[in-house]
Amino acid sequence: MPDLTFAQMSKSYAGVRALDDVTLRLRGGRVHALMGENGAGKSTLIKLIAGVIRADGLTVTMDGQPVPLTGTEDAHRAGFRVIHQELNIVPQLSVAENILLSHAYPRRFGIAVDWGKVRARAQDALDRLGAGHIDVSAPAGSLPVGERMLMKIAAALVADGAPPVLYVLDEPTAALTGAESDMLFDVIARLKAEGAAILYVSHRLDEVMAISDEVTVLRDGRHVSTRPIAETSKARIIEEMTGREVADVYPARRGVIGAAPVLRLQGAATDDLSGLDFDLHPGEVLGVTGLAEAGQSRLLRLLVGQGRLRGGRAEFDGTPLPRSPAEAWSRGVAYIPRERRAEALMLGLPIRSNIVLPFLSGYGPVSSKRRETHDAARLARDVRLKAAGMEQPVGQLSGGNQQKVVFARALMGAPRLLLLDEPTRGVDVGAKHDIYELVRGLAAQGCAVILTSTDLPEVIGMCDRILVLQDGRQAHLMAGQGLSAARLLAAFYDLAQDEAP
Amino acid sequence: MTKTLRQSGTLLGFLAIILFFAFRLPDTFLTARNLMNIGQQVSMLAVVAATMTIVMVMNDFDLSVGSMASLAGIVAATIFAMGYPVWMGLLAALLVGVAGGLLNGFLVSVIGILPFVATLGTLTIFSGLAFKISGGKTIFGRDIPPGFAGFARSGIELGDVKIPALSLVAAGVTLLCWFLLEQTSFGRRLYAIGGNREAAMLAGVRVVRLRLLAFALTGLGAAGAGLMYAARVASANPTQGSGLMLDAIAAVFLGMTMSRQGEPRVIFTLLGVLMLGILDNGLTQMKVDSYTREILVGVIVIAAVSVATLSQRRGA
Repeated sequence: MPDLTFAQMSKSYAGVRALDDVTLRLRGGRVHALMGENGAGKSTLIKLIAGVIRADGLTVTMDGQPVPLTGTEDAHRAGFRVIHQELNIVPQLSVAENILLSHAYPRRFGIAVDWGKVRARAQDALDRLGAGHIDVSAPAGSLPVGERMLMKIAAALVADGAPPVLYVLDEPTAALTGAESDMLFDVIARLKAEGAAILYVSHRLDEVMAISDEVTVLRDGRHVSTRPIAETSKARIIEEMTGREVADVYPARRGVIGAAPVLRLQGAATDDLSGLDFDLHPGEVLGVTGLAEAGQSRLLRLLVGQGRLRGGRAEFDGTPLPRSPAEAWSRGVAYIPRERRAEALMLGLPIRSNIVLPFLSGYGPVSSKRRETHDAARLARDVRLKAAGMEQPVGQLSGGNQQKVVFARALMGAPRLLLLDEPTRGVDVGAKHDIYELVRGLAAQGCAVILTSTDLPEVIGMCDRILVLQDGRQAHLMAGQGLSAARLLAAFYDLAQDEAP
Repeated sequence: MTKTLRQSGTLLGFLAIILFFAFRLPDTFLTARNLMNIGQQVSMLAVVAATMTIVMVMNDFDLSVGSMASLAGIVAATIFAMGYPVWMGLLAALLVGVAGGLLNGFLVSVIGILPFVATLGTLTIFSGLAFKISGGKTIFGRDIPPGFAGFARSGIELGDVKIPALSLVAAGVTLLCWFLLEQTSFGRRLYAIGGNREAAMLAGVRVVRLRLLAFALTGLGAAGAGLMYAARVASANPTQGSGLMLDAIAAVFLGMTMSRQGEPRVIFTLLGVLMLGILDNGLTQMKVDSYTREILVGVIVIAAVSVATLSQRRGA
């Protein structure tokens, strides 16, 4: 079994220490969890191991022997396999091609690609994961997110040269449903049994407690602790990550729910949604959940004017739904899309521009940088944004702070309907807590909120009522209070019995 | 450090070029007369490049500006030849510019064709129209009203220097584009579209409408430049604008190497235009033939963008 030590990992960006003298020891047959808030240095550490960036001072030893690590080639040769958080796939190519993409394709007569063998090797890798049901000939883009993750893991499994000794999994469950996550945990158990070391990076404490053998906590680029999982607790890890004690995870609801509905859907249907039937009142938080891609995002898109109603009625404020995002924002609907980087932010533009974008008209035809900066700074304070100033490009911020920029934008119009698509995905514990507080605060002021999430405790902890979608159809509408995670999960598969209005 | 080097690399190259010509052509290069001459020479390019910046801010571009310039000149000259007053010719040409730009915008924004394909298609259409209307012949001589051509030769006397009217027009258009892009919410939205089109749309920016409008402005600019060209040479032929497109795109790219995030900005586009103009002027005076000039311009554009790209990568 390999015994790996990454000693004295340090890395600075433009004079700022992202990682400061961290040493990590990873042993075969063990799952080592790595935790820390966004900006704690996890991504940097992973990039060092993958050989994507060069460390300032790093020595790697395997079983006492030094291992050179100056680039991705070295990392691959040493048997380090990194599965990154962003699933970089080539959607047009087949699953088999995606799996073998970074390997030499098997060939016939030295030139022609042997497609039969390509498919067979891809199939082998998937079988080893217990994911043999995935069609290797299908275009990768047609797979649901969970299966894409399995495909990426399969790609890491394809053996060529040295057998893999270390798997690094960066937030693998961020986009997975409960069932898919369970499947992933089985795979991890299998890899572990084969003697590989596993470095598991996640924000989800429950998972980490369940599957890891030890946990290392980073904070502000420094090593805080490494403990066997039996000798620590969730509360302790949170404390070590944040440097402070975190009170109740989900803040208590305040304020009252208004009588007249803001949003009213009666049998509403689109091309891929159906049976939507609910009222939403001021101050109410409605959770929308279900299996991955059961229509959660599409429902929010419909409400923001990005979908066409095919049947039933849907009204916001007593008039038909907005027909475009522009109309939605101007009527007091704020929308936080699921994919922060692809759908919400202009990474190259300053924080100020990103925040005020939907409300530029409010400044008149000639824009005023001074007034915009004033407004943006006020909102940035409200969301507790950590940034060098309002002119800093958003791309330089950590994931959690980028999400806060998106929230600041949503707050700016004092919205009456707030649409949140997986708002805490890939966000650290501290930022999550801030986001929950913001949602509660807005609701208390009479804003109606729709929140989608696949994190069951979050849905139950935050929402007054919960709508479960199954394949685009409204399947259940339940009260959040007193609901157990198990009962909610059962509703995903239509095993739930009782429903509340 | 690398960032400042990246931003100023092109500028340093620009200064080096000026110094080189100043030393090699001590009597003729840095004279007020020659500088005014350069100002006159680049004014058409400045107008096309400044309005091209409007679409390039959104990560789009317009290949049809050159043939639009030719078409606008032909349209105006044809109307002159039919005996209508000057203002009607100008108005018709500018309307053709807006219509052509709207067509580009419609194809790119509403239909959703890639700008490369859409504007390559309209390039051919505009060029074909220019040939069709003119019958392939140059319109010149008595058909061109003296008032129209005279404008291009006029200017404002300042002591013994005359600032050419065309340069003043170019300065005005450039200033207008700068104001539009950097001081109005319209321009800020265009930058947002360039930053992330999907995100801009979801944040309430009316992307389809704005792209349509931006292309219309680029078309208008191209038509304006075509009129300036026709006035300057007192004639119109169906190919006279064709050199403008590549130079305009090159000028915007040169400008992008000078901006902080590598985004197109009108003021840097103008520097790019001047750089190309000075190069052209100096090399002509040094009797370098036009083929060699073209090679040199290409090399310089590639070098500037390469340096910027390399230092950006290192800085990242």
